Amino acid sequence: MGSILTVRGVERRFGQTLALRATDLDVAENDFITILGPSGCGKSTLLRIVAGLDHPTAGEVLLDGRRVVAPGADRGMVFQSYTLFPWLTVRENVCFGLVERGLPRAQQLEIADAFLGKVGLRGFEHHYPKQLSGGMQQRTAIARALANGPRMLLMDEPFGALDHQTRELMQELLLGIWEAEKKTVLFVTHDIDEAVFMGSRVVVMSARPGRIKLDRVVPLAHPRRYSVKTTPAFTELKAELTEQVRVEVRAAQEAAAPG
Amino acid sequence: MKPLTPVTPGAKVALGVAFFAVFFAVWSIATFGGFVQKTFLADPVSMFRSGWTLLTEMGFAKDIGMTVWRVVGGFVIAAVLALPLGVAMGAYKGVEAFFEPFVSFARYLPASAFIPLLILWAGIGEAQKLAVIFIGSFFSLVLMISVSVGNTRRDLVEAAYTLGSSDASLVRRVLVPGAAPEIAEILRTVLGWAWTYVIVAELIGASSGIGHMITDSQALLATDQIIFGIIVIGVIGLVSDLAFKWANRRLFPWAQLGR
Repeated sequence: MGSILTVRGVERRFGQTLALRATDLDVAENDFITILGPSGCGKSTLLRIVAGLDHPTAGEVLLDGRRVVAPGADRGMVFQSYTLFPWLTVRENVCFGLVERGLPRAQQLEIADAFLGKVGLRGFEHHYPKQLSGGMQQRTAIARALANGPRMLLMDEPFGALDHQTRELMQELLLGIWEAEKKTVLFVTHDIDEAVFMGSRVVVMSARPGRIKLDRVVPLAHPRRYSVKTTPAFTELKAELTEQVRVEVRAAQEAAAPG
Repeated sequence: MKPLTPVTPGAKVALGVAFFAVFFAVWSIATFGGFVQKTFLADPVSMFRSGWTLLTEMGFAKDIGMTVWRVVGGFVIAAVLALPLGVAMGAYKGVEAFFEPFVSFARYLPASAFIPLLILWAGIGEAQKLAVIFIGSFFSLVLMISVSVGNTRRDLVEAAYTLGSSDASLVRRVLVPGAAPEIAEILRTVLGWAWTYVIVAELIGASSGIGHMITDSQALLATDQIIFGIIVIGVIGLVSDLAFKWANRRLFPWAQLGR
């Protein structure tokens, strides 16, 4: 399988500060890559550059061989903050991108309702976002991104604001959807459990200025159930990653310490 | 009473009505008790009696109609022109940089000071009255609408772009609907100001309208009529305000959620 996304020598400076050091990453079709790192390491910056919402100061991002210069419907994004449009109902939120594409109304509704079913929100089509819990809002956001049929799904700590129990349910839900839909996903998180459970590959980033310091294939078969978190293979990889991330968090704290 | 604890709906209405009762009671004591001379302040009863005479025998209803027509006319012209300009300024920073300094300056030009000039330009006809209201409300409307459009949440803008929105559809489908409830509130507020401008315009060089009646009554020392005129303005203002609030709640149900 060839790679659908190529990140080549991407660097990002904010004024004098180097946030992201020349970074390379190849993403193959159907990969689920989780990007792990301490806060402020530039992992969100990398994702935003892939989305086209931020621009690299050097290097380039290629999607299917074409250079990314702006955001587009081919890279669906789910943000950490709740970004449903508050004036639209759940169903109209999911239809948002389909309206942009000018699909006939009947087809829009068919697609939207199918994806709302997949994220378990049938019956909530006519609710406004403010009437939903955080987990339900993020499920709608996932449905909205998937309904557009993007080449890739970019997720920036999408479950970061949710409580622990909801977060674990969402992980299983998203993994189930990924196994069924075979999407290509880039998923940023700082939760090691989440990174191992969700990812087919885990990428660890160093403290600022960020670079990729570790790239591991997750040796866990699909479909994964919640119980996989107690298997030796899981705990072994988790232990290694914990150690790697700890070093980086330390480094980040020392760099931030005065003197 | 506990701070910030709501009262029951019944108590709310009762308290609101009670203050009107207190107000009329104090007024009655001051006038019927002989504490204030009739020349300076008429009592409530003769105020209502001469109000009735004004309405039934002196064609005051026509004055009220003229005033309402002027307020609505001037305000609608100002709103229709301010909306596109305000939205353009809020959405496009270049447009804002071009207009904002002048509009900020023009906003502080007192509409009433323009009256002599406007009489010179437009005579004492309807055009002059509409112009006063226009000057009084247009510049404030533009600035406030522009700020409200410019305050659109950036993460919603980014979400729209990743769903395939173009720049034009971002303005039409995100910036405008997101700011719409606030714009409606701005219109409601500024309509209230328009009422003060119309009376000022009618005090000088008018042959009809509530303001004109008040000036005529001043010559006759008819304080009962003056007070009746002022109260009519207050009642109409209150009614239009309530109508606006009701319409906003109906038009933007989502903006009422989670308040």
